[in-house]
Amino acid sequence: MSDFEVLHQKARSFYATFERKAELQHQTHYCPGCGHGITHKLIAQAIDELGIQDRTVLISPVGCSVFAYYYFDVGNIQVAHGRAPAAATAVKRSLPNSIVLSYQGDGDLAAIGTAEILHAANRGEPITVFFINNAIYGMTGGQVAPTTPLGSKTITSPFGRSVWNEGYPLHVSEVLASLEAPVYIERVALGNNKMIVRAGRAIKKAIENQINGLGFSFIEILSPCPTIWKMQPQDAQAWVRDELTKIYPLSIFRDKTLEAQRRPERAEAPALEKIPEILGCQSPRSVDNSICQSAAKDFRIKIAGFGGQGVLILGEILAEAGLDAGLQVSWLPSYGPEMRSGTSNCQVRIATQPIDSPLVNRPNVLMALNEPSLHKFLSAVEPGGWVLYNGENLPAGVARHDVNFIVRPFTALGDQLGDARAGNMIMLGALLKATSLIEEKWIDGAMRRLVKSERWLDLDRKALALGQEEAILK
Amino acid sequence: MRKQLMKGNEAVLRGAILAGCRAFYSYPITPASEIGETAALLLPQVGGTFLQSESETAAVNMLYGAASTGIRCMTASSGPGISLMQEGISYLAGAELPCVIADITRGGPGLGNIAAEQSDYFQVVKGGGHGCYRTLVLAPDSVQEMCDLTMLAFDLADKYRNPVFVLADGFIGQMMEPVEFPERAILPAPPAWAVRGTAETRKNFITSIFLEPDALEHHVLKLHSKYEQAEREETRYEAVQTDDADVVLVGYGISARILKSVVQLGRAQGLRLGLLRPITLYPFPTEAIRSLAATASAFLTVELSTGQMIEDVRLAVEGRRPVEFYGRSGGNVPSAEDVLAVVRNIIKRCSVSEPEVAHV
Repeated sequence: MSDFEVLHQKARSFYATFERKAELQHQTHYCPGCGHGITHKLIAQAIDELGIQDRTVLISPVGCSVFAYYYFDVGNIQVAHGRAPAAATAVKRSLPNSIVLSYQGDGDLAAIGTAEILHAANRGEPITVFFINNAIYGMTGGQVAPTTPLGSKTITSPFGRSVWNEGYPLHVSEVLASLEAPVYIERVALGNNKMIVRAGRAIKKAIENQINGLGFSFIEILSPCPTIWKMQPQDAQAWVRDELTKIYPLSIFRDKTLEAQRRPERAEAPALEKIPEILGCQSPRSVDNSICQSAAKDFRIKIAGFGGQGVLILGEILAEAGLDAGLQVSWLPSYGPEMRSGTSNCQVRIATQPIDSPLVNRPNVLMALNEPSLHKFLSAVEPGGWVLYNGENLPAGVARHDVNFIVRPFTALGDQLGDARAGNMIMLGALLKATSLIEEKWIDGAMRRLVKSERWLDLDRKALALGQEEAILK
Repeated sequence: MRKQLMKGNEAVLRGAILAGCRAFYSYPITPASEIGETAALLLPQVGGTFLQSESETAAVNMLYGAASTGIRCMTASSGPGISLMQEGISYLAGAELPCVIADITRGGPGLGNIAAEQSDYFQVVKGGGHGCYRTLVLAPDSVQEMCDLTMLAFDLADKYRNPVFVLADGFIGQMMEPVEFPERAILPAPPAWAVRGTAETRKNFITSIFLEPDALEHHVLKLHSKYEQAEREETRYEAVQTDDADVVLVGYGISARILKSVVQLGRAQGLRLGLLRPITLYPFPTEAIRSLAATASAFLTVELSTGQMIEDVRLAVEGRRPVEFYGRSGGNVPSAEDVLAVVRNIIKRCSVSEPEVAHV
């Protein structure tokens, strides 16, 4: 009595005929004795046995197995060389209920795609990866691979692979086993029938892990390539069994199948009507244009100082207040390293007419919170404009008689008030007092939204009031 | 009026989610980073995916995977990152996968700097990847358009099954202006061609390989006919006082904003200036520019580069009128006064002699 059943048919997950070629549609395009054909069969059988044909998405690589989609009757996505784990990551995240099988050769996975496989494994993406290691580039005609044994002659290692030129064979399973996230890593071989049965079990288990919601599973398959190895199929199979397994020992490098936790389900998506609110796209403000002052104004403001002096927030408060007041506004920062150290500046426009350019080349207000900013921007200020400078006096040699100066030690005044960083708001108070820029109530409204703590809001209000007292013309 | 003050980069991502984007894969780079940062904050709250990838190469291939499933997806980067994505963009176009890519351009070549340039025109508009493909390119010049054109980009990507770029410079990405968002969000159903891991979609497959010469030529011609359709149906531009203009200024993004100042400044001084601002850089408003060659004496193209878009302006004008160039690079920006001085020079030269007839 036998405990197995003989089936005279292909796996159901294979197409009935293969349309890869016009002729010989019962055959694959793989060479006789090639490991891809055997591996395809093992995968298709596992898909059948697990009943996941409809749910399966196969990611096929670049290399001999680029045409896997001609054989597997499942959802198919063919991707760029080396990037299957990246594409598989996004497919699985988009379709958590799908079963994503990522299939790559050794040039694809172990050379050009090392970053993608390492990071997909390290993130513990709940996908299943099949890695066909035949120690050579097949499709491009037999070049040295990262997995080629030392001493092997290939068309791009004609004197034999050398430690000094190409380095040592890359042991991908061992590398991935050094990561914490993977659930299951096993190296199998197609060296004889017993090994092939063992490979089939590993392949099925790696897929089952995904069905069970576990993390990253990886099967390395030592595989014959009789054509490029220039061997008869049976000799190639024996070489896998006798030689390749010496370089790449067969082992279960990781098996956390029993103790691994299921990945948490993603939170349910909110109702579509809720989305604008979640995005903060519903403005707190409803502006009445009639409040806009009738007098035409066009303030072109340059604010500059050291990082940490509150240059950008000062500009932002002005722009917010202007918007509240029904005016046209723009705010443009200097950004990047300047923001993180050294100097910082921003350009603000507040106008009654639509703003053409947000760039301020000819400011009519310069708020210079330090001396370098004064030197840099003073000459650009339009005649009749306002220059606020943070200092006891103007620096020696600085003079312009066609602009209005307000020179006060704003930082020191802030320090007296409780925090030197309030100097920016004292300067703003002085500006409001001296010009018709904007009513103070709009500034207060903007501060309430933009200043994050009650303590600072209180301090900034005091600073604004002090600035109005300090607005002394020099 | 319900407007709020926001950075261009933040408006891009909000527009994307309102248009149904539910997957965002990117790698940080100044001055585009706020788009990814906003995505990291907001996408998980709307049932979407944000993942900071290991590289731009991985990001664009994640986009390929996400797009294959038929969901609306996006990435954002700047010059060097876009260079790294070019192979993937070619694959996306070849496999006819819709997605949106925002390029917030910085200074190049190489590491260049992080200040704003418009030097990615060639690699984005002409395509830096291999093969006969195009990407549709939208060029916002305000924070409002950063939202609006991003939303449009998703519709165009689906309509043409092709990657669509939102090409903005660092200024447009970093500046804050008032923006008004649509009140409703949409979430289009996945298209029928998508691979969804279901019985209904099991026969679907995504690929860009066509081994037989006739099959590949057929595919390439099919792509080409889509681009011809886009040229007929999607060209967008803004014309400012071009009807009677002696000199037509041509610029996009932040340059167009500066040129709006130049037009005002020049008109105030009695110079008949106009602005033609391409909103789509591909398809390029060739016909609009060509017809202006009948009425204008000269064109001036202004870019934050050493001259890239000017090639398309010259192809449109076909030698009928002089096409001059003015640009700054490295993060420098021309002032309106700088440009006006160049314009005066052109007028002086053009008024002494009639426009030259093109040599055929």
